[in-house]
Amino acid sequence: MTTNYIEVLLEKYFDGETSLQEEQELKTYFMSKDVAQHLKIYQPLFGYYTKAKEDSFTKKVTLNSGKVYKKVGLSIAASIVFAASFYLFIKEEKPANTSKTLASSEYGTFNNPEEAFKETQKALALISTNVNKGVSSVSYIEHYEQSKNLIFKKQ
Amino acid sequence: MNQLEFVTLINPIKDKLFRIAKRLLISTEEAEDATQEVLLKLWNKKNGLNEYKSVEALAVMITKNYCLDQLKAKRSQNISLVHSNYSSNSPTLDKQMEDKDSLEWVNKIINRLPEQQRLIVQMREIENCEFEEIAIALDMQETAVRVALSRARKTIREAMLKMNTYDN
Repeated sequence: MTTNYIEVLLEKYFDGETSLQEEQELKTYFMSKDVAQHLKIYQPLFGYYTKAKEDSFTKKVTLNSGKVYKKVGLSIAASIVFAASFYLFIKEEKPANTSKTLASSEYGTFNNPEEAFKETQKALALISTNVNKGVSSVSYIEHYEQSKNLIFKKQ
Repeated sequence: MNQLEFVTLINPIKDKLFRIAKRLLISTEEAEDATQEVLLKLWNKKNGLNEYKSVEALAVMITKNYCLDQLKAKRSQNISLVHSNYSSNSPTLDKQMEDKDSLEWVNKIINRLPEQQRLIVQMREIENCEFEEIAIALDMQETAVRVALSRARKTIREAMLKMNTYDN
C-alpha cells in the first residue's frame, strides 16, 4: 500500500466519505509496522478503535431476576402479616366480650323506681355543684369589666 | 420466544450494547447496570421482538435512550473513567506504557465530544456499522450522520495534533 493512497483515503475519511472496507484498510495499515513518519500521529487513533472492540460485557444477567422474586416475597410477607393480625384480633376478641358484660352490670340498674329517683337526684346534684364551681370562678370577670369601663370611657 | 432463543439472539449484540453504554456513561459499572437494564427490557418485550426488522437497531435505540435518561437524571455526578487494560504488541515496557497512554488519550478525546457524535463515532469506528444502521438506531438522516461523523473525526484529529505538539 503506498503512502499516497493512504493519504487520499485519510482525506476521504475525515470528510466522512469512506466505506467500511476502506476504513478497514486504514486500520490494517496503521496496525502494521511500516507507517510513514508523518502519519504516525494517527496510529493511536486507529489502534484505539481496534482495541476498543475487545471490551466486553462480563456481568451475569439473570433474566427473571429481581422484580419477580420481589413480588413473591412481598406477597408472602403480606400474607404473614395478615394472618398474624387476624390471629391477634381473634385472641383479643374473647376477653373483650366478657369485660363488656361485666361493665354493663356495674352501671347499676334499679328495679325500685324510688331508689332510682334518689340515685338520679344524687347524680344531678353532683353535676350541678361542679357546674357552679365553674360559674363562681367566671364571676371574677365582672371586676375586670368594671375596671375596664373606668379606663375606657364609652364614646 | 423461550430463554434459549432469547440468549442466542442477544449474545452477539450484548457486548456492543455494553460498549455503547460505556461510551455514553463513561463508568464501567454504570454501563454494566445500563446493559442489564436494557437486556431486561428486551426480555420483557420478547414476544413482540419478531415484529421488529432489526432487533439490534431496537436494542441500540433502547440503550441510547436509557443512557441519555440516566445522564439527564444525574448530570452532575459523573463517575470518572475506569482505566481499561489495553495490551500492546510492542516489546519494551516503556513503549507499552506510552502506547497505553496514547490510546487512553484517544478515549478521552472521544469522550469529550457531544453525546450524539460520541454515539456515532462508537457505532462507526468501533462497531463498524453501516450509515444506514446508525441512521435507523439514532433516528437520523443518513446525510446528517455523515456530517456529524466528519465533524467528530476532524475534532478528534485537531485534538490529537494539539496533543502531539505539546509532547514535542
